[in-house]
Amino acid sequence: MSMLDRKLVRDFRRLWAQGLAIGLVAAAGVMTLLLGVATYQSLFETRQAYYERYSFADIFASATRAPLGLMDRIEALPGVALASARIEQRAVLDIEGMDEPATGLILSIPDTGEALLNRLYLAEGRLPEAGHAGEAVVSQAFADAHGFRPGDELSAIMGGVKRSLTISGIVLSPEFIYSIGGSDILPDDKRFGIIWMRYSDAAASYDLTGAFNSVSLKLQRDAVVPGVIGALDDLLRPYGGQGAYDRSQQISDQFLSAELTQLQAMSYIMPPIFLGVAAFLLNMTLARLISLEREQIGLLKALGYGSGAIGWHYTKFALTIAALGTLIGWGFGAWAGRGMASLYAEFYKFPFLLFQDRPSSFLISGLAAMVAAVLGSLQAVRNVAALSPAVAMQPPAPPVYRRFFLDRLGWTRMFPQGLTMALRNLTRKPVRALLTVVGVSLSTGLLVTGLFTTDSLEYIIDATYFRTDRQHATISLALPVSASGVEAIMRLPGVMAVEPTRTIAVNLRNHLSSRRTALTGKPANPELSRVTDSDLEPVPLPQTGIALSSMLADILQARVGDMLTVELLDGSEKVIELPVTLIVTQFMGLGAYMEISELNRALGESDLANGVHLMLDEDRTETLYDEVKDLPMAAGLALQRKSLEMFRETIGENLGISMGIYIALAVLIVFGVVYNTMRIQLSERARELASLRILGFTRLEVSVILLTELAILTAVAIPLGCVLGYVMGIGMSEGFKSELFRFPLVISRASYTTAGLVVLAATIVSAAIVQRRVANLDMIAVLKTRE
Amino acid sequence: MTSIAFRTEKLAKVYGAGPTAVHALRGADLELPLGEMTVLLGHSGSGKSTLLNILGGLDRATSGKAYFGDLELTHLKDRELTRYRREHVGFVFQFYNLVPSLTARENVALVTEIARGPMPAEEALERVNLGARMDHFPAQMSGGEQQRVAIARAIAKRPRVLLCDEPTGALDIQTGVTVLEALTGVNNEMGTTTVIITHNAEIQRIAHRTLVMADGQIVSQEVNQNRVQPSEVSW
Repeated sequence: MSMLDRKLVRDFRRLWAQGLAIGLVAAAGVMTLLLGVATYQSLFETRQAYYERYSFADIFASATRAPLGLMDRIEALPGVALASARIEQRAVLDIEGMDEPATGLILSIPDTGEALLNRLYLAEGRLPEAGHAGEAVVSQAFADAHGFRPGDELSAIMGGVKRSLTISGIVLSPEFIYSIGGSDILPDDKRFGIIWMRYSDAAASYDLTGAFNSVSLKLQRDAVVPGVIGALDDLLRPYGGQGAYDRSQQISDQFLSAELTQLQAMSYIMPPIFLGVAAFLLNMTLARLISLEREQIGLLKALGYGSGAIGWHYTKFALTIAALGTLIGWGFGAWAGRGMASLYAEFYKFPFLLFQDRPSSFLISGLAAMVAAVLGSLQAVRNVAALSPAVAMQPPAPPVYRRFFLDRLGWTRMFPQGLTMALRNLTRKPVRALLTVVGVSLSTGLLVTGLFTTDSLEYIIDATYFRTDRQHATISLALPVSASGVEAIMRLPGVMAVEPTRTIAVNLRNHLSSRRTALTGKPANPELSRVTDSDLEPVPLPQTGIALSSMLADILQARVGDMLTVELLDGSEKVIELPVTLIVTQFMGLGAYMEISELNRALGESDLANGVHLMLDEDRTETLYDEVKDLPMAAGLALQRKSLEMFRETIGENLGISMGIYIALAVLIVFGVVYNTMRIQLSERARELASLRILGFTRLEVSVILLTELAILTAVAIPLGCVLGYVMGIGMSEGFKSELFRFPLVISRASYTTAGLVVLAATIVSAAIVQRRVANLDMIAVLKTRE
Repeated sequence: MTSIAFRTEKLAKVYGAGPTAVHALRGADLELPLGEMTVLLGHSGSGKSTLLNILGGLDRATSGKAYFGDLELTHLKDRELTRYRREHVGFVFQFYNLVPSLTARENVALVTEIARGPMPAEEALERVNLGARMDHFPAQMSGGEQQRVAIARAIAKRPRVLLCDEPTGALDIQTGVTVLEALTGVNNEMGTTTVIITHNAEIQRIAHRTLVMADGQIVSQEVNQNRVQPSEVSW
């Protein structure tokens, strides 16, 4: 080992605490990079493989009732590789041990063998046997929520008749990685399940023998997607085709893609923050080390070492710290990455997980840390090169201080000397002060962004469940009913109020933009399911025209006053022109609304409803549930409030974990920045502070002088960090925006306060660790030594 | 208070233990009268700095006793030593030890802020003839000027004693003399008991008393009958 390397080892041993503090920040950078990339890659690859192995379709469409004979023509469409027809219906489920009814999505599989597309992964049991009526397989999430095993039974109202179904197996499907009920906005595995039955069995129940109402396509490689969609729509239109769509609008894939986008965004944002902070800390530490070792550097140069060799020596110091950080980051990253990917795989239902911790991502993250280290040491190395041996062996000239603007104003006369010292130190080293502020603000900002997701979520929940969709439950109906049918529901036990709704599939077009969505008819002044303006105040639906959610209006590039072409996808092949008369605020989904009788008129029908919102007497829900379980016309019951409770639980756990991570990362940055800044300050000012002790300053007074600067920086950094958090929040809210939901930027005062307090606490603790060294200031040494 | 400022009895100080132990003081006995200027002479390692550190409340003796008037220093706790330094002792160091980010006036004010009944910082600086340089930073002053700021800082709280460790050690003769003049001035005008450590035997001519140390003990003591002005000494 060369003598310089031996010096390196000893330097490191001496400065291990500072090195570790910086190393941990770098480790966080390496870890977040590794974690982000590994989780993203794992999810991406797993999804890809799952889709391929289980033949996830490319195009989806539904109709009211199409003859099976049509399939030949669909298969013959240019670009289509495979086509698979099936029955898709909703059913109210009655499950033993559960008071409220659940909703089932009934799907058919061919009478023999497996489906060609959207194949099932059999987790347990077997597929229903042909000819064994009443056998079904159920989705695993649903089975898990109820503890179902093969052999268990449940009842379903299918085509107005209550049937008993026997579970023969438990499956996963690439179509329902993220499964969400039709009128739900949040997944609720207890109250929404997917049930697959053999075709003949399902067809008999729904009077669809020889027909289908849902079709999936696999495309050839060179297929033109819009062309296939157009051709399929043309074929299905006479049969009530509701508009075909590709994977980008398939709900499960949409959620998964949104999640992947977020993951990717995080792996772009987080690592640079940490590595940047680590580089700054290295820069600061090396600068101090070099100023302390001027004489040694001069001596080395005098002995014939070149600037390059000495510069490399200090760079190696930085690289050692980066290497330490890389190793820690790799260790935690590999461990947490696997855990994170398994968590995702469990949350989304994947049958397997292709965990991807590629050597390349290890290499890249390690390299990134090294680059940060080299960047951090550049300035210091340049300073080493600039030192001439003769000058280096002289003690440095005393630091030159100048008066700053507060001096010129005469304000400092009124300040205690400790404050004046702090202010002059800050103005003398503005870059360091600035970077310290940036570091502390960054972690405050990071915390604010970590905390505000809860605020936004609460805002969305308040807007959705307590201002807009205030109904306790919604019954969806198998077939539209007239006013008398709605009245019948009103008479059910425990129902306090009802509100009819009519929903049909439409294709909205504005010039070149178009979007397939649901158009919902509601009373002009609804009490339960309302529409709200941007202040979340309820607004009446205009008597004429159509109201769009702001997200849908953006997609269609439509403004109030524009005329929209509305294609009704109910089999009527009707096309009407409607003006946009209102834009409403909505955070989830792409809503379009009309006054219900106006909608019925446009459909050429009398007052019909295919859904009823309910306000319930909470004490009598059980009787109501029993009635609904036997209600022939019900196709499903959504219990919004129950879903919300469930959602709160799940999300509460997940947010708890991510909050913990954010806090840990933010604290790490604060510790890295504050500990190093303080150590360096203490080293630079040790002599000054020891002199003050000799002059009779108490330890507390000396500590106050030492900490004043930090206090000023923190006082600036925390509010600045809150502003930064707000700006980062804007970015995050934009980044998370998808067609499925918008993430409003809502940051409560409590989030700012918590972020500020956590950072303050971390600052105080880090400073206190350094402050203890004030007690060990060597008063005698300063009497005898020149700086 | 008696007429004795400092008194020690068999004062000993050992650094380290076992075979590597260093005996810095081996039972030093002394009595320094109030208001006198004493020069402490001796070679490097003779124990003079250790003695001064114990008298100034910066270090603790291993055994023996040290009194400031009636106050026994050897049993004071850290907090009490701090108070002792704060209220009674002014220090002047070889390397000035000024706070570089504070001007001359502010360096002095640093002490007057925490002292009881101090003189104004300006007055302290006038006493060492730095009235015109009050708003200069240490980096803008010569060594002699910096040392005089240090003296002003030491006397501003009207200390009972002034302890100076090699106050002219880093200075050339001319500036050294100005510093000694400032010290004598303080001693004459304010009656501050002053102890000066030096290698420089010539300086003893301005003092009331000279103690010579060797091997951790006081080996001789001499009262100076013919004090001279600092301007008359040279080295």
